[in-house]
Amino acid sequence: MPGHHRAKTLGFDDDEVYGDDEEYDEEGEEGGNGMTEEDREQLRVGTIKVKEALDSSVNVSDAQIQEALWHYYYDIGKSVTYLKNKHAPQPKAPAPPKQKAVSRFDQAASAAKTQPKTTPGHKPKAEQKIPRDRLAESVEKVKIEEVPKVRSKNLNVVEEFRKSGMKRMANFVVIGHVDHGKSTLMGRLLYDLKVIDQRSVDKLRREAQNIGKSSFALAWVMDETSEERNRGVTIDIATNFFETEKTRFTILDAPGHRDFIPNMIAGASQADFAILVIDASTNSFESGLKGQTKEHALLVRSMGVLRLVIAINKMDTVSWSQTRFNEISNLMMAFLTAANFLKKNLTFIPCAGLTGENVTRKVEDPRASWYTGGTLIEAGEALKDSIDSVEPKERSLEKPLRMTVDNVFRGGVTNPTSISGRIDAGTLQVGDTILAMPANETAVVKAIEVADEPVDWAVAGQITTLHLTDVDPVHLRLGDVVCDPNTPVKLTKRFKCKILAFEHVFPMSVDVFRGRLQTEGKVRDLKALLNKNTGAVTKRNPRIVKPGEVARVVVLLERELPLEVGTRIVLREGGNTIAAGMLEE
Amino acid sequence: MRLLKSQIDQKHGSGFATLLPEEPEDMWHAYNIIQPSDRLRARAIRRVTKTSDSGSVASTRITMDLTISVISTDFDIGSGQLHVAGKVASENEHVKLGSHHTLDLELQRKFTLEKGNGWDSVALGLLREACDSEKRAELWAVVMGEGIANICVITEHQTILRQRIEVPVPRKRKGVIDGHNKAMDKFFSTTLSTLLRHLDLANSSPQTDKTVPLLLASPGFLAQTFLSYLKGEAIRTTNKPLLAIIPSIMVAHSSSPHVHSLSEVLASPAIRSTLSDTKYARETALMDRFHSLLRQDDGRAWYGPKEVEQAVEKGAVGRGGGVLLISNALFRAQNVAERKRWVGLVDRVREVEGGEVRVLSSLHESGKRLEGLGNIAAILTFPLEDLDEEEEGIGGGQDDDADMVI
Ligand SMILES: Nc1nc2c(ncn2[C@@H]2O[C@H](COP(=O)(O)OP(=O)(O)OP(=O)(O)O)[C@@H](O)[C@H]2O)c(=O)[nH]1
Ligand SMILES: [Mg+2]
Repeated sequence: MPGHHRAKTLGFDDDEVYGDDEEYDEEGEEGGNGMTEEDREQLRVGTIKVKEALDSSVNVSDAQIQEALWHYYYDIGKSVTYLKNKHAPQPKAPAPPKQKAVSRFDQAASAAKTQPKTTPGHKPKAEQKIPRDRLAESVEKVKIEEVPKVRSKNLNVVEEFRKSGMKRMANFVVIGHVDHGKSTLMGRLLYDLKVIDQRSVDKLRREAQNIGKSSFALAWVMDETSEERNRGVTIDIATNFFETEKTRFTILDAPGHRDFIPNMIAGASQADFAILVIDASTNSFESGLKGQTKEHALLVRSMGVLRLVIAINKMDTVSWSQTRFNEISNLMMAFLTAANFLKKNLTFIPCAGLTGENVTRKVEDPRASWYTGGTLIEAGEALKDSIDSVEPKERSLEKPLRMTVDNVFRGGVTNPTSISGRIDAGTLQVGDTILAMPANETAVVKAIEVADEPVDWAVAGQITTLHLTDVDPVHLRLGDVVCDPNTPVKLTKRFKCKILAFEHVFPMSVDVFRGRLQTEGKVRDLKALLNKNTGAVTKRNPRIVKPGEVARVVVLLERELPLEVGTRIVLREGGNTIAAGMLEE
Repeated sequence: MRLLKSQIDQKHGSGFATLLPEEPEDMWHAYNIIQPSDRLRARAIRRVTKTSDSGSVASTRITMDLTISVISTDFDIGSGQLHVAGKVASENEHVKLGSHHTLDLELQRKFTLEKGNGWDSVALGLLREACDSEKRAELWAVVMGEGIANICVITEHQTILRQRIEVPVPRKRKGVIDGHNKAMDKFFSTTLSTLLRHLDLANSSPQTDKTVPLLLASPGFLAQTFLSYLKGEAIRTTNKPLLAIIPSIMVAHSSSPHVHSLSEVLASPAIRSTLSDTKYARETALMDRFHSLLRQDDGRAWYGPKEVEQAVEKGAVGRGGGVLLISNALFRAQNVAERKRWVGLVDRVREVEGGEVRVLSSLHESGKRLEGLGNIAAILTFPLEDLDEEEEGIGGGQDDDADMVI
């Protein structure tokens, strides 16, 4: 395509967005020695704790303790282990860290560690922050011992997971037509569960009122950007957490507006089940049917979500009418089963997010006395039960690591490079070296967070934040796949895939979606029409694929991307979803 | 392009044309007209070495007119340069007959072309089009999404991606929107400064009062927000030329930040009514019509070389609404027989069948859409079935209980 030859990429060689170097330096400088007030406090408390933990036979100075704390980012446990090994009274050489067979990549990674990059903006943090008076000493120590900045505990993560007895986790995406009340419903849920306190909600109420949008106060719990608040529309996925007795849930609140379906897809790709929100009020349900109610449902189904809670919302506007509830339920049941959802995987719940009825507590309105079923939250819990009853939990843990990058950001002063996303397969622990594709660059995992809590390891199914070192953020992009360097994901530019057509498909330009990844591509050849159930060829080289038909087509991408056999993709064109597909080869 | 001189026998196609390219778009025309086996005469610079009587070697650069027999052409759309490689075809005191030379065609420098296989109807049509001196519409467009902007210029015959801007923008996170906002500011400022560099407002002379329209398109509200930003910056920096173009900026909706969304933007009624009747708008509308006929699936829209040839053969692309859509890429075929095949088809539809022929530019989105369909398609006057002759129902048998394969 000659039209694109001269095009150049801008902005990437320019790390201001991530760098914010001036700001960083300022913070680093305040209080001299490159330490912040917070750092010093953490050091002080940490020193005391380490001292307590070390038995008196170990003879170390405060300076040495603090040195260790610096290296391990104030992790008391790791500092103690390190100091014990190093300063234990018996004249035994410090045990070398247990290691799996050192791979080529690990070697490369440790080589990278010993030769810090000289790019000024990207000095490894630990070094930069060592107080000056102790710098010489520490350099010497590094020479003698090569203390890795991030030491792996070399855990058997699958084993850890098994014995952790950890509360089960579930991620769900909230979908549905624009303005049907998704964000309000989730804001309500968090408020009623006291994840959001009264004061914050009062504040949101005041602020929303000030710009004449008081009905959106609860939605603002999810809609945080000024663009979203001013327009009264969710634009991007909002993530939040809550816990029940049995389960730790992650909410992925999707935008309903059709223009933001790419973001909705990114959210849905991380979900175990979905809550489909439907506005029951007159005409709203009907316009949603023509709009994103159906499209979203079809999309999540084709992305592998098999279970839905259908929240028939704003029941207050129809006086909790049983007739209306039944009308909508029946219509939706027919549509969804036709779209290949199984009846037993669908739960219909009448509710009102604005008032909170039937969200976390049962509806008390006398007009709703006909309803005897459970609340929204109970329905979610029940779906999770049914997922657990059929899906072996640990199967995907043994596979090589795959994680789709949903966000790349600056996680704070000490974490200049962070990524987040759902682990699709495998496990991760602090100290692991990961490989980011398509850049083919390694990074070291410095710290892991799940649901805002620091953890030592994470497993498939969890939405995880990784704080990284030894990598330049220019190599990380939304939609990248992070994988195990020993079993890297393959890059492809041209692939065959099986598609289910939503609209007519013929050779055409399309946008190809996978998680947060969005790229230009083309449907090249229509190879064959297939029988929906058997996959057998019914017609070779068709001229067109009609809505509802299953076909095998060849897709050509603008650039090479990490896609593997079995990966699910979505094809869109002109703002419409035209097909969902699965890679064959 | 100015036609300085021509002597063409319309009937037999023999003869030559002397042309003067005057603007960058003319290079694109020249690229479409010049074919392998043509004879091209233009100015050339060669290094010539002479051995003097005393035995010393002197090397000089000599400017001369050189005629080559064309072997291949190479067009760089970004810079608008056209390189034509071939073998020297006329005797010259400095250069041996048959030696290789590449002529670099330049603006404001004439060249003379003689067709190796004669001037056929398509070549004559291209020549006419190239020399049409009517002022051409031009449009700048920025198609954008969060963190991505494609700056394009759309001329009568090409859509040129001038620059793609990518600024990493972190998504919003719970309780943290700072990174997102900062990155968006940076994205907007990068996009604006790059756009201004390309528009080169300061240097476009105000006398010509030719304000090139600027189109901003995006999904959601981004283009609108960017326009507000642009206005704010124009006022803040009292950038007069920028303030002057603000009234001619249009905002439109596109479903994606990619260049191919332009086709849908240009087809929207609002934009079409604002822009005069341009070739790309007509082509886009035509492709849209073809696509919707294809979706109706009633046998009146066919694509692909074999299918279209058959449809023409059966007389379905003729008087009363038959349209042949063909990309100019097919006429650039290096293979003479291949080109003859397409010229023959065009002539037949036009002259024998009485249908309409539309040659689409491969450098517009409409041409790219056609490319996907094999560079050729037709709208038929009556439905035809089974031009793709394939037996139906190999697998067959619906089994409703089974899970879907996908
Ligand atoms: N009466 C009534 N109004 C509701 C209810 N739930 C939400 N709303 C109103 O519906 C409007 C839209 O609510 P949102 O929560 O922003 O809707 P949304 O589905 O998140 O919208 P997008 O994210 O933009 O697709 C707001 O004005 C809410 O106050 C409800 O249960 N009853
Ligand atoms: Mg919302």
